[in-house]
Amino acid sequence: MKPAVIVFPASNCDRDVAVALEQATGKAPAMVWHGDSDLPETDFIVLPGGFSYGDYLRSGAMAAKSPIMKSVIDKANAGTPVLGICNGFQILCESGLLPGALLRNKSLNFVCRTVTLRVENSQSMFTSGFENGQFVNYPVAHHDGNYFADDETLDRLESDGRIAFRYVDNPNGSAHDIAGVINDAGNVLGMMPHPERMISPLLGGMDGAAFFKGVLDAAA
Amino acid sequence: MKAKITITLKNGVLDPQGKAIEGALSGLGFDGASDVRQGKVIELKLSETDEPSARAKAEEMCKRLLANPVMENYAIEILA
Repeated sequence: MKPAVIVFPASNCDRDVAVALEQATGKAPAMVWHGDSDLPETDFIVLPGGFSYGDYLRSGAMAAKSPIMKSVIDKANAGTPVLGICNGFQILCESGLLPGALLRNKSLNFVCRTVTLRVENSQSMFTSGFENGQFVNYPVAHHDGNYFADDETLDRLESDGRIAFRYVDNPNGSAHDIAGVINDAGNVLGMMPHPERMISPLLGGMDGAAFFKGVLDAAA
Repeated sequence: MKAKITITLKNGVLDPQGKAIEGALSGLGFDGASDVRQGKVIELKLSETDEPSARAKAEEMCKRLLANPVMENYAIEILA
C-alpha cells in the first residue's frame, strides 16, 4: 500500500493520521502539500482533519479549490479510495465528491468528546473490518459537523446503504444521525469522527486501529 | 466596477446562529423579532467596465467558490 496524506494550511490531524497509517501498513505515508498539483504514486488518499484556511468563507471551501484537489478528484473518479476525516469530510462535500454539506452544529457549541457510532453498512470497503450494527467509539472535535442534504438525497443515501456510520447520541444535529457517508461508487468516505485518535489503549482504545486495518486490507 | 454579493441560507436550512441572535434580541427586550437569519455580504472590485460582463464574472465566482448551492442562495448587485 502507498497511502498519501494531503496537508492543507491549518491541517492539524495530518501527523496523527500518518501515525495511524504507519501503524497499519508498517510504512510512513507520503505527505503531499496542497499547493502541489501532482500526486505521487498512491493507492489510498487521506484528507485529514483541521481548520484549513481558518474555516473562512465555509469550512473546507477554499481547500476544496487547492491545486492538489484537481488530481485528488481525478483519482477518486478513477476509483482510488479517498478518506476524508472531519475537515477532510467538509472538503469532500465542498469539492463535490460527496453529496450534502456540513453546517454549524445545531447547539452552536464546539463539540469535543468521544462519541459512540453504529456501523450501518459493513459491506463497504471502509467498514469491512466491522460487523453490521457494531458499536465503535471515536472522538469528535468540530464546530461544523451538522450534516445536511435535501430529502431526496437523504432517501437515496439510505436506500443505497451509503451511510457508513450513524451517531448513537447525535452531538451536532446531523440529518438522520449521519456521522459518515460514502459516494455512489463506494470508494470515497467522509466522516466527522476521528478514528486516528483511537489507535492505542493509551488514547482510550483500539477502535480506530481496527478501522484503518479493515480499510487498508480491503484496499490492498 | 464594484459588486456586492449577498449570501443567505436557503429556506428550510437550519440557522443556529440566527436562532441565537433571535434569543439575544428577545433578551434585550426587543419583542416580536422572529425568523432571524444570518447571512454574509462580500464586496469586491472588478476590472470589467460594463455591467453585463461584471455580473457574469461575479456569477461565475458565486458558482465556483463564494456560495454553496447545497445550502445557500446568492444575490448580486453591481454598483457603478
